[in-house]
Amino acid sequence: MYVAVKGGERAIENAHAWLAEERRGDPAVAELGTDQIEQQLALAVNRVMAEGSLHDPALAALAIKQSRGDLIEAIFLIRAYRTTLPRLGASIPVDTAKMDCIRRVSATFKDAPGGQILGPTFDYTHRLLDFALMANGDAPEAPRKAAEPAHVPHITGFLGRDGLIEQEAPSDTEPRDLTREPLELPADRALRLQSLARGDEGFILGLAYSTQRGYARNHAFVGELRIGTCAVEMDIPQLGFAIEIGEVELTECETVNQFKGSKTEPPQFTRGYGLTFGQTERKAISMALVDRALRWKELGEDYVGAPAQDEEFVLSHADNIQATGFLEHIKLPHYVDFQSELELVRRMREAAE
Amino acid sequence: MLEGGFTDQPRQSATAFRAALDAMARPGTIHTVAGAQPPALSIAAGVLLLTLADRTTSLWLAPPLSAARDWITFHTGATFSAPEDAQIAIGAWHDLPVARFPIGRPDYPDRSATLIVEMPDLTATGPRLTGPGIKDHANLSLPETEAFRMNATAFPLGLDFFFTAGDRLAALPRTTKVEAA
Amino acid sequence: MNAPQKNTTEYNFAYLDEDTKRMIRRALLKAVAIPGYQVPFASREMPMPYGWGTGGVQVTAACLTPDDVLKVIDQGADDTTNAVSIRKFFQRTADVDVTERTADATIIQTRHRIPEAALTEGQILVFQVPIPEPLRFLEPRETETRKMHELEEYGLMHVKLYEDIAKHGQIATAYAYPVKVEGRYVMDPSPIPKFDNPKLSDNPALMLFGAGREQRIYALPPHTKVASLDFEDHPFEASKANHNCDICGAGDTYLDEVITDDRGSRMFVCSDTDHCRTRQEA
Repeated sequence: MYVAVKGGERAIENAHAWLAEERRGDPAVAELGTDQIEQQLALAVNRVMAEGSLHDPALAALAIKQSRGDLIEAIFLIRAYRTTLPRLGASIPVDTAKMDCIRRVSATFKDAPGGQILGPTFDYTHRLLDFALMANGDAPEAPRKAAEPAHVPHITGFLGRDGLIEQEAPSDTEPRDLTREPLELPADRALRLQSLARGDEGFILGLAYSTQRGYARNHAFVGELRIGTCAVEMDIPQLGFAIEIGEVELTECETVNQFKGSKTEPPQFTRGYGLTFGQTERKAISMALVDRALRWKELGEDYVGAPAQDEEFVLSHADNIQATGFLEHIKLPHYVDFQSELELVRRMREAAE
Repeated sequence: MLEGGFTDQPRQSATAFRAALDAMARPGTIHTVAGAQPPALSIAAGVLLLTLADRTTSLWLAPPLSAARDWITFHTGATFSAPEDAQIAIGAWHDLPVARFPIGRPDYPDRSATLIVEMPDLTATGPRLTGPGIKDHANLSLPETEAFRMNATAFPLGLDFFFTAGDRLAALPRTTKVEAA
Repeated sequence: MNAPQKNTTEYNFAYLDEDTKRMIRRALLKAVAIPGYQVPFASREMPMPYGWGTGGVQVTAACLTPDDVLKVIDQGADDTTNAVSIRKFFQRTADVDVTERTADATIIQTRHRIPEAALTEGQILVFQVPIPEPLRFLEPRETETRKMHELEEYGLMHVKLYEDIAKHGQIATAYAYPVKVEGRYVMDPSPIPKFDNPKLSDNPALMLFGAGREQRIYALPPHTKVASLDFEDHPFEASKANHNCDICGAGDTYLDEVITDDRGSRMFVCSDTDHCRTRQEA
């Protein structure tokens, strides 16, 4: 006698208990503290903050611990947490020209006011496994010199002074908020940048790479890449002025791209832009390349059918939380729809005989 | 001004919304709601505002109801706008500039105003209603027939209406065909 | 969902914050006013993945009152794991009464089925929808399909169905079979088997459809005219397996085919577990 499968609730509870045990691992090994994750896996924390769209290193570290290091799962935890938080207000735009930089490089000029600062980068490290870290991860103190509170102007500003690079028309229009309104197409640049900023690093990287390989090539120079902290200020209506409510670490990338000019416009360089939470430079550079590729229409370029030019394709598929949810939902039971297909196939076979 | 709002917002607004949803899904049915005590407005109009309006919605308030303005601002945070930009409008029928409210765009017919019409009374008598949500037909004491008949001809564009009297409300979506009884 | 058990009071009633609920409620009212039209809404990340019923969960959360009795089914069954998970979510966050009996429920959230028992006035059926756009697999671009709905340009859909007939002798769509609502909007009824399509029309219950990832809500008010697309010479047919239920004997219900041994023996049982049990008890 057939008995329908019962006990879904018990199965779920037991599976979750098993998951909790696996997450902890061998109890003989010391438990990982979220402070350790925050300090020693900081780049994972940064990615979770960037794609989770929430600047909170402690919560990102917790999410990484809870998700057993599955970063998309951690991003999901942060997104689900942030989405129902009350909105008390909006900050005024951060001024990245006033960034306290720990890293600042330009590929377009050998040197520039403010200098080139390599900062804590993997660049020029030899990718050799450091077996010493298996035993002892202590690091010698890095050499440092007394801070010079230097003014670090944007590189593109120098090109702008001579009219050699396009100027984005300033606007006081409040940008639309992707997290509060449904995506509407076509999207403006502010909305595209929001989508790219929280989009999956791997997806944006792949698209950016495709533009370099000729799918809507628009040869990009890294005009400037800077990483550092920026003050976040908020207007307090009762006070009548803005006060600093904290600071965030940001990565900003501005690319300088070719543009031939047109009948009405003299040749000038164009820009791509990337801005992300934390030290996430692969993402910020990728974002700038894809931003530039998506601007083909406003710059009067040809649509060559490249994926990175296709706004609807890019924006509809960049979000890894949407993507992973829908991808993984095919694990759920589909036996009712499958049954209807089964019957259809049988009937069509009968009809064919 | 600070009073007359929901005391248990999540539960009261849930119950109120169900009444509003049921009213819109079954045009002509009359529902009783509670929980708002607004100045210058009916309880039902106040309940609808508390349930549907917030900082992201723009309202148009008929001038004779201006005594409700501060209460609305305090309890919902909604902004006031011209009729052309209003998502929600409140007023007695003859105070509403019906032709000026947005009826939606052909590609986004949902971007249309919802009008809350304050009525002296609300009964299941008067013009005859047919259409989605109505099994056979219904009757509702609408303030007139012609304007609602015209509204339905613009489908899928059009305005949607709530009618409020005291603590009672009914609704009329753009799909309802209205004829003189 | 593997977060430590939290006290209900840590969450707002029915989980969502009030701003989010108001936004969904405004969308729901417009959806009811324009039957079959997909209203965009700012779907939130829910504590379960997109594609696992987040649209349905948000619609249910925006409709639920403390007096409701909730039923959740997946594939027609109350005991499938995701139905269990969603039911538990609302028990925890809204402290709502739950039931497996269709007749006792005021709100039924469903994935892929419409219950066999006739629904009644006052009930709400909430569908979980993966791809709300019926034209999506013919035209992947939202900008294009929006235009097609605006202009009532549904020729592409008819061509597709007609090609099916030319190729297979019949329309080769067995579930998510497209319908036309009140003679205007072509609508995806969610991946219910086409056996369930006739129940969409003139149903006394209010039917709400939520697509979380795709950020769309749509609705069928009670007693709305819903027609499955077809051709005069190939009329729509609500088909099912040509068997009776091997447990309750019903000959008019949608059946699951169950393989019972490794020699390929099979039996057919009602997919609606409550309906089957009710018939056995009668």
